[in-house]
Amino acid sequence: MIPGKFEYYRPGSLNEAVALLSKLGEDARPLAGGHSLIPLMKTRLATPEHLIDLSGIAGLKAIEHEGNALKIGAMASQFELIHSDLIARHIPIIPETSLLIADPQIRYKGTIGGNVANGDPGNDMPALMQCLDATYDVIGPGGARSISARSFYNGAYDTALKSGEIVTSIRIPIPPNGHGYAYEKLKRKIGDYATAAAAVVITMSNGYCQTASIGLTNLSETPLWAEEAGKHLVGSTLDSASVSLAVAAAESIVDPASDMRGPAEYRRKMAGVMLRRAIERAKSRAKA
Amino acid sequence: MPKKQISLTVNGRLVEGLVEPRTLLIHFIREQLNLTGAHIGCDTGHCGACTVEMDNMSVKSCMTFALQADGSNITTIEGVANPDGTLSALQEGFRMMHGLQCGYCTPGMIMRAHRLLQENPNPTETEIRYGIAGNLCRCTGYVNIVKAIQYAAAKINGTAFPEAAE
Amino acid sequence: MNQQTPIDIERSERTDKLQGMGCKRKRVEDIRFTQGKGNYVDDIKLPGMLFGDFVRSPHAHARIISIDTTRAKALPGVIAVLTAADLKPLGLHYMPTLAGDVQAVLAEEKVLFQNQEVAFVIAEDRYIAADAIELVDVVYDALPCIVDPYKSMSPDAPILREDIKDKMVGAHGPRKHPNHIFEWQIGDQKATDEVFSKADVTIKEMFVDHRTHPSPLETCQCIASMDKIKGELTLWGTFQAPHVIRTVVSLISGLPEHKIHVIAPDIGGGFGNKVGAYSGYVCSVVGSIVLGKPVKWVEDRMENLSTTSFARDYHMTTELAATNEGKILAMRVHVLADHGAFDACADPSKWPAGFMNICTGSYDIPVAHLSVDGVYTNKASGGVAYRCSFRVTEAVFAIERAVEVLAHKLGMDSAELRMKNFIKPEQFPYRAALGWEYDSGDYPTAMKKAMEAINYKQLRQEQAEKREAFRRGETREIMGIGISFFTEIVGAGPSKNCDILGVAMFDSAEIRIHPTGSIIARMGTKSQGQGHETTYAQIIATELGIPADDIMIEEGNTDTAPYGLGTYGSRSTPVAGAAIAVAARKIKAKAQMIAAHMLEVHEDDLEWDVDRFRVKGLPEKFKTMKEIAWSAYNSPPPNLEAGLEAVNYYEPPNMTYPFGAYFCVMDIDVDTGVAKTRRFYALDDCGTRINPMIIEGQVHGGLTEAFACAMGQEIRYDEMGNVMGASFMDFFLPTAVETPKWETDYTVTPSPHHPIGAKGVGESPHVGGVPCFSNAVNDAYAFLGAGNVQMPHHPWRLWELGESLGLYK
Repeated sequence: MIPGKFEYYRPGSLNEAVALLSKLGEDARPLAGGHSLIPLMKTRLATPEHLIDLSGIAGLKAIEHEGNALKIGAMASQFELIHSDLIARHIPIIPETSLLIADPQIRYKGTIGGNVANGDPGNDMPALMQCLDATYDVIGPGGARSISARSFYNGAYDTALKSGEIVTSIRIPIPPNGHGYAYEKLKRKIGDYATAAAAVVITMSNGYCQTASIGLTNLSETPLWAEEAGKHLVGSTLDSASVSLAVAAAESIVDPASDMRGPAEYRRKMAGVMLRRAIERAKSRAKA
Repeated sequence: MPKKQISLTVNGRLVEGLVEPRTLLIHFIREQLNLTGAHIGCDTGHCGACTVEMDNMSVKSCMTFALQADGSNITTIEGVANPDGTLSALQEGFRMMHGLQCGYCTPGMIMRAHRLLQENPNPTETEIRYGIAGNLCRCTGYVNIVKAIQYAAAKINGTAFPEAAE
Repeated sequence: MNQQTPIDIERSERTDKLQGMGCKRKRVEDIRFTQGKGNYVDDIKLPGMLFGDFVRSPHAHARIISIDTTRAKALPGVIAVLTAADLKPLGLHYMPTLAGDVQAVLAEEKVLFQNQEVAFVIAEDRYIAADAIELVDVVYDALPCIVDPYKSMSPDAPILREDIKDKMVGAHGPRKHPNHIFEWQIGDQKATDEVFSKADVTIKEMFVDHRTHPSPLETCQCIASMDKIKGELTLWGTFQAPHVIRTVVSLISGLPEHKIHVIAPDIGGGFGNKVGAYSGYVCSVVGSIVLGKPVKWVEDRMENLSTTSFARDYHMTTELAATNEGKILAMRVHVLADHGAFDACADPSKWPAGFMNICTGSYDIPVAHLSVDGVYTNKASGGVAYRCSFRVTEAVFAIERAVEVLAHKLGMDSAELRMKNFIKPEQFPYRAALGWEYDSGDYPTAMKKAMEAINYKQLRQEQAEKREAFRRGETREIMGIGISFFTEIVGAGPSKNCDILGVAMFDSAEIRIHPTGSIIARMGTKSQGQGHETTYAQIIATELGIPADDIMIEEGNTDTAPYGLGTYGSRSTPVAGAAIAVAARKIKAKAQMIAAHMLEVHEDDLEWDVDRFRVKGLPEKFKTMKEIAWSAYNSPPPNLEAGLEAVNYYEPPNMTYPFGAYFCVMDIDVDTGVAKTRRFYALDDCGTRINPMIIEGQVHGGLTEAFACAMGQEIRYDEMGNVMGASFMDFFLPTAVETPKWETDYTVTPSPHHPIGAKGVGESPHVGGVPCFSNAVNDAYAFLGAGNVQMPHHPWRLWELGESLGLYK
């Protein structure tokens, strides 16, 4: 219930934050909303010696249209994502997903950056970002770079971030007008992580699927971009046979943990059920 | 590590304190400010009994360090009654509709409902249920909490709430 | 048409002003609770107060090789570290349980369940204490553990309780094995076996009422403050039974009761979790006595869920024998009761299995036999009565499930089977085969009312159609109709069968009217949200004609409140409520004498009218209770002492037997195993209804807990004895989104032996609710050939059931 001791810093700039993180190394953690990290610290499963609070850094919350993408500041909260007209208009699967994360209080503080960067397999944004082929802008001691969401995750709490690096923004290509989308999440109750969840974004033309991208949440140590499953849908009318192939492909790549949400075999099958339902809902929303 | 000074507004008054970095906001409020309305009900941030309003957000104060609240504007349950001391619409609603029993979840529940009604003055029952899903109650089964919030919304909006007549 | 006369209207106005029994009086407690001005234990701060925290065992079963407190003691701000070695010379390393066993306060030679208390650190504040507990170095030697109660008594099972291993006889009789606690039997075994051997139809099923936990929102906590100069101990705590705690503390500390002040302030929910005594209380008391400073202990949620008393864990092999036409002839039940490491069951002392023998339920079953074997395992100790009187949730679960199984075997509608076997109204008071005498009931009326309200026939029709649609592949949703008709047994209890540690289970009320006509009243019970400050005043208002708003109710301070056995088991209304009525009537009798004196008439010439005594035939000659009160202090009649007060210790002649008819409609998505409760209708009969608003609130709350328990709330252990589900991440407490909307209704069948006819209601919805949900799930899958579907009904479990039924081909 009570965290261990640590030193606290509230840098006013990104450079300062990066400098602190590099200097303090492994024992330092960035603090965004804190609603993933602080619970871990209270049970002492995480005992960082230094916390670098990013909330004092200006300019990390902006939500902007940049070319054919939306650029979302890493410190934008789930609440801000839900209430952004820009995001609702262009990438509605994002607020749909945000509304399924945690509970109202946590959504005021939980940030998109925190949700994508800490490598917690239970988080919903990572698989969604992979589905949307997002890119994470990162700043570190070695300068700025960008990492695709699809190559960001190595294992549980193990990401491509090097020591001292912070995610500053997330850039997401805007799906075409009329795209179909759905985030289908099975969970025990509000506030729970997914037993299984699937993000689906498709485009249709004359009744045929032109593009399909599928992300799967909490079904492995990392989020999963189900590339093969997506391929089974492309060129089809999203008929039962094609969907079944996609479902089988998805079930074959998941490796869920057995926990109190259910045994692995149940969660594997639920991945399939969630995917099936997400495809159906995406189809109903797609134009042409 | 030496303690750090924080300064914030709580229930309209400027307060100052000395805290360790790890001092949780809930403990600062309860132990240093002696505002014991906000409660602790769990270890994992699920129950919402510690909910306060911070900078126009409903925040679980057990998952926030006091240092993070430096410079912020906080309202606790002790700060929501009307200036003349009468119960606010929500407080009255909870009493009139029997929206509480042991009272332990109540401050957090009211603070959450307070923000909910600011953002959505006329919520449907479903919106209320989703809106308070970050607050657990073990006693009431939620039916009367929903009615309490509907009562308050009606009172604030000046509309009728038929169930209140009973 | 009744025309209301001016007198009727005037009387009705006077009645309304009282806010007495029957009205939806708004709660007095709410004024402070809605403003955050409740006074819970952790709100209390005392000068110089220290903070205690526990070092706990990571192992389920291990020998303690060594405990080194050096590093902890060296941490600045740490005042003391207690271990069993410190408590042993005081004889306090073990404490007596309510079930006749002993329980380790701090583990001495071995630990018996994960998170068991090993050392108690006392520090200047809770942050330092949290650091210090990590600095106590304990060396363990792990031992094989037992988590399956069926293995507790195998010949090669490791012996868990070495402290009592030579005791062949326990508190409740001979022990069959070192890990055996008791065997308890009741009923006529021979006659029962004979009926079974000859019956047309029998059913036998094993129902598990799984381990769960009451989990009130406020955890257990206390502050012990020893005044060494006066030699007096003050103990604030989350105590549902503060006087019992005082007696226990006196027995174990040697301090006399008059020097122990136990105060239960506002309590954030109890549900049975806060009845017994826990290590934290004892260690805080010892710490304060030794250090002469207040010591506060506040457990966190994981400690609460994994170490304070669990509920249930009953494995019930249940059998019914019946005729082909569906008349139930006999019932036979054997229970394997898993008590964890110590039998800390909170039951009246003669009842090691609580009132499990109410298991013949609402049915006229002529002969029955029940046997219960309690065993030890490497789990937290208990069990406690979680919103269920004593084991009544278990008993009702067994019979209400069994009735469904029997109906299914007979091919009979289960509502019809119940109707056929109900105890009839004319049979009351009814002596059940296993001993209890039910006071009153009208089951058929309640059942019919409920069935009409939910349109039962139409639901069964809808279900039949949906089943066909499912078979045709048109839908993947199945519909279940759950029924539960329960009879509860509450209000413990008559001294001939009920005592807690030897103290009879009466309860008490002391009422005093002040000269200017307002009242203070104190009772031996202790509300944890039930609204006694509001409802007790309503009883007094009706009895004595003083407005409820002029009546102050106090509970929880053992110095001022008369001795009582506390609030649990729905006993406040049946026992303390009765004491209130009896005490009030003593006052009323004296008031009548004073009024007669004031009016210069004979007592027999007076009649009571709402708030006054008036002369029969001369209604304009009256004295109000308020006027009588003044007179009692101003000029009492000769031969009568001044003042207007009374005390009553009420010995209930019997328990009370509230009952109800519950119906649940559930739709289950077979592909995910997720069940949605479409509708839940609860008809309760709790006798006289004191405050309908509060009754409805109790029903809502109890049903919500029932829903949680049936649908996923559990505490589990893996084979290594690691506890699972001991945080709100996994322990299923539904939010407002998952919780169904509750519909309530009622009938009124007063209790004939209770002064105001009231039976109590707090636990009925939980007792009746759990089997109703489970029956709905079972009913949904029955047409697919499923056998008994065991709760909790996690989605994954229902999915696995679907797999076994071939639903996913």
